Amino acid sequence: MSEPIPVHTSPSNKMIITMGLVASICGVLIVGAYESTQDAIANNKRIMVERAVFKVLPGAAKVSEYVATPSGIQALTGNVPEGGMKFYAAYDQAGVLKGIAAEAAGKGYADMVRVLYGYDTKCQCIIGIGVVSMRETPGIGDKIITDKEFLKNFDALDVRVNAEMSALANAVKVVKHGSKQNAWEIDAIAGATVTTKAVGRGINESAQKLMPLLVPHVKELLP
Amino acid sequence: MNPKKEIDEGITFDTFMEGVWRQNPVFVMVLGMCPTLAVTVSAVNAVSMGIATLFVLVSSCLLVSLIRNLVPKEVRIATYIVIIATFVTLVDYIIQAVSLSLYEALGAFIQLIVVNCIILGRAEAHASKNPPLKAVVNALGMGIGFTIGLLALGATREILGAGKLFGFSLFGEHFQPWVVMVLPPGGFFVLGAWLLLFSFMRSRSATE
Repeated sequence: MSEPIPVHTSPSNKMIITMGLVASICGVLIVGAYESTQDAIANNKRIMVERAVFKVLPGAAKVSEYVATPSGIQALTGNVPEGGMKFYAAYDQAGVLKGIAAEAAGKGYADMVRVLYGYDTKCQCIIGIGVVSMRETPGIGDKIITDKEFLKNFDALDVRVNAEMSALANAVKVVKHGSKQNAWEIDAIAGATVTTKAVGRGINESAQKLMPLLVPHVKELLP
Repeated sequence: MNPKKEIDEGITFDTFMEGVWRQNPVFVMVLGMCPTLAVTVSAVNAVSMGIATLFVLVSSCLLVSLIRNLVPKEVRIATYIVIIATFVTLVDYIIQAVSLSLYEALGAFIQLIVVNCIILGRAEAHASKNPPLKAVVNALGMGIGFTIGLLALGATREILGAGKLFGFSLFGEHFQPWVVMVLPPGGFFVLGAWLLLFSFMRSRSATE
């Protein structure tokens, strides 16, 4: 064993070296690209959120991210904890709370329909929705963005919490086109029922979870 | 043409035009049909997808050509895939940094550029056998040809299916869009029509 081990320049050696070399170059390229685009991507995401929130809460000028948990509400740092609900508090130029925005998602015709809804703390109602993402059929499902009559449902959709603060007083419900009677009902779009129901179910699910956590602490959001 | 190109180991105008016209990836080779059919619902999406593919194609062909004499032939496909995947990841980050709405519109098809057979095909059939400059010129032609193909589909589908081009309304308010054209079946209709047109032109020029 005293003899030096001869250096092999066999093909398998060459293969490993080549692939290792190529992989290292590629690794450096990817890390470089990630580092140099990270700030721009984070900035884009923030602008996108702000734009969406300002759309559902007209007059807002500043957005802060919060999380509501059974133990209260706090500013969001890092990931959303288990059982928590993320929401956005929107303030106007003077720092007055304009409302709350939160995301809702429901299974639509093609894929998840994700919407952002604006909530007014005074009337305890939803005062606007905006679509975050969806893949619904153009000309049919996308009426939830354009149909003015449908959007009127969200001028003041009732999402008050019940006396025990455990759930909504009245669950948000999608009803057949033209049969809306109560402030917590959503009048479906004729011919786009699946998509409308996805929106209604999503909002109900999200509000059922968020409102009981949020309403008892809403005063903390006032500056 | 550029005389400098002529000297460099036989780069001719045809090296570039091969992909744009004679071997157009969409209309002649009918390659890369997955992104071709899926993202061409609007001209903007089509051009963005085309440019993203062009970037990956040119950069990976350059790198493949540079290391063509180093790579043992047993591991060449694996090496090419690693290289292509790297540039796709780069494009993925760059598009996110440029526009998130575009990123969402293109969806999974950005990542799927990895398996676009035009790129692996070029790396294997051309870049691995030719010097860097020639490989880049050829890849550029292929990429531009692919972009033209996507734009032809995207523009047609957007005009018919939404009454717009690059987001600008063309026909005024009373235009009833032909919605099926921006749905998946419309992709096949429009592609079929373009392929018909191209093969008609080719057969006519062959008989003349």
